[in-house]
Amino acid sequence: MFATAIEEEIDIKGYVEINTDECKGCGLCVEACTTKVLSLSPCLNRYGYHTATNSDKPCNGCGLCFYVCPEPGAIKVFKAVN
Amino acid sequence: MSELKVIHEKAECLYGNYDRKGELQHQTHYCPGCGHGVAHKLLAEVIDELGIRDRVILVSPVGCSVFAYYYFDVGNVQVAHGRAPAVATALKRSHPESIVITYQGDGDLAAIGSAEIMHAANRSECYTALFVNNAIYGMTGGQCAPTSLLGDKTTTTPFGRTTANDGYPLKVSELLSALDGPVFIERGGLGNAKQILQTKRAIKRALETQMKGLGFSLVEMLSPCPTIWKMDPVDAQRHVREVLAPIYPIGNKLDRTKDRAPRAAAPPPPPLSELPRILKLPVAPTDAPVELVKPDSEYRIKIAGFGGQGVLLLGQLIAEAGMDDGLDVSWLPSYGPEMRSGTSNCHVRLSTKHVDSPLVSRPNVLIALNEPSLRKFIATVDTGGLVLYNGDSIPTDCIRTDITMQALPFASIADELGSPKVANIVVLGAFLAATNALPLAVVDRAMARVVKGEKWLEIDRRAMARGIAEMQSTEVKVHV
Repeated sequence: MFATAIEEEIDIKGYVEINTDECKGCGLCVEACTTKVLSLSPCLNRYGYHTATNSDKPCNGCGLCFYVCPEPGAIKVFKAVN
Repeated sequence: MSELKVIHEKAECLYGNYDRKGELQHQTHYCPGCGHGVAHKLLAEVIDELGIRDRVILVSPVGCSVFAYYYFDVGNVQVAHGRAPAVATALKRSHPESIVITYQGDGDLAAIGSAEIMHAANRSECYTALFVNNAIYGMTGGQCAPTSLLGDKTTTTPFGRTTANDGYPLKVSELLSALDGPVFIERGGLGNAKQILQTKRAIKRALETQMKGLGFSLVEMLSPCPTIWKMDPVDAQRHVREVLAPIYPIGNKLDRTKDRAPRAAAPPPPPLSELPRILKLPVAPTDAPVELVKPDSEYRIKIAGFGGQGVLLLGQLIAEAGMDDGLDVSWLPSYGPEMRSGTSNCHVRLSTKHVDSPLVSRPNVLIALNEPSLRKFIATVDTGGLVLYNGDSIPTDCIRTDITMQALPFASIADELGSPKVANIVVLGAFLAATNALPLAVVDRAMARVVKGEKWLEIDRRAMARGIAEMQSTEVKVHV
């Protein structure tokens, strides 16, 4: 899905992939996100959490969200390399 | 054109699936916003970066992180509350090539385990302790911990922690830094991304300290506990930064990595075959015929009586002789603090197969040296079992027809032999005659080793012979 997004927007610097099955909606990544890419979804996942979700704002791939996230596998961070 | 590459994802040394229970195998059991998840992530990344996964033994504590072994794909041990430093000491000393990491909370390390951590640090045991400090007992529902702050309202300090009643917050890192033993101690925080990344560097340095063999290292982490603090995760993180960190200052507390030389590895333990020589055990004659195949048998023996009747020694003799005979054995004493006259019993198992538990709850041999013991345990004896009772006759209300019961006045017989103290050995003879559980020569050798003093050995030998003779005259035979 995002692969096509990359082809369309070549100036993309980073991308965050949220595993909505693992996310427990604590909101720490939203707090840590420097570019305000992340927010809590208005929808609930099947365990009853408002999980983190990406917006269309550009991500710079800083990775801070990954380190503050208490779930080891909920966040995957991609960064652009030339 | 730029290409997107994964820069952060789940560490390799964490399992893909947490095989903990049927449901929710993809997520940890921690609450939303819990510091443990972050601490796990940091440790897992450092293990991967250092490439030591195959050598790591992680010691899980008691507390919320008791299940760490469900998450880390490394060697795992889970230990009793507060005892991680003792187990880590044993692991590291017996496996010097391994990387031993303990993971303990503040209730575990700073309260019940405070003595263990102190001495492990003072001995500079070469392992790494990760200390997750959330200033409260989390798993048990929010009791005051030694690390709770003054004024903290907990379930056990409902009006707030006071110095008059509960003393001061325990600063473990500073305390341990005052010792001469430790090599590297640092306190980090999990209060924001900056603190978290600093903590990761500290964990890496601590593990490197261990890998170089320099000695004890500890990293304390101030960790949020949103559920018990009754805060949302973002506020809990702020609490770590703004309330905990001023009391527990973040930063390096001790760094002797430059002045400390690597410790020499402990000499390898002697081979098992050397043990008899080291312990000065008598060597069994090698020309004795070796019986390779034994018929399956399993004796679950309960010996009960008053303290002072030799209950424990009798059990020990049977177990020692069983061990000499190549059986799997266990011996579990159970007694009160009384030297004499209190009740005392022991559980002995002799088996041609593995002994799964040292407990004997359904004995097939009950040796009751007094009436209260007979009454207490008679109902537990397995059908077909044997009961030996120290008395002239079995009390009528204790008689069971589905088991073999034999009363003999062991104490009086022993008195005739010269000492009522050897009644237990008369019982031993009777037990052996009734069951053929062990070769007499093997028992005699074990007795010569266990019994101290020639005089006693001589009377014990007569007592055993007498026990055998008494039993043979009754013609009671049992095969288990």
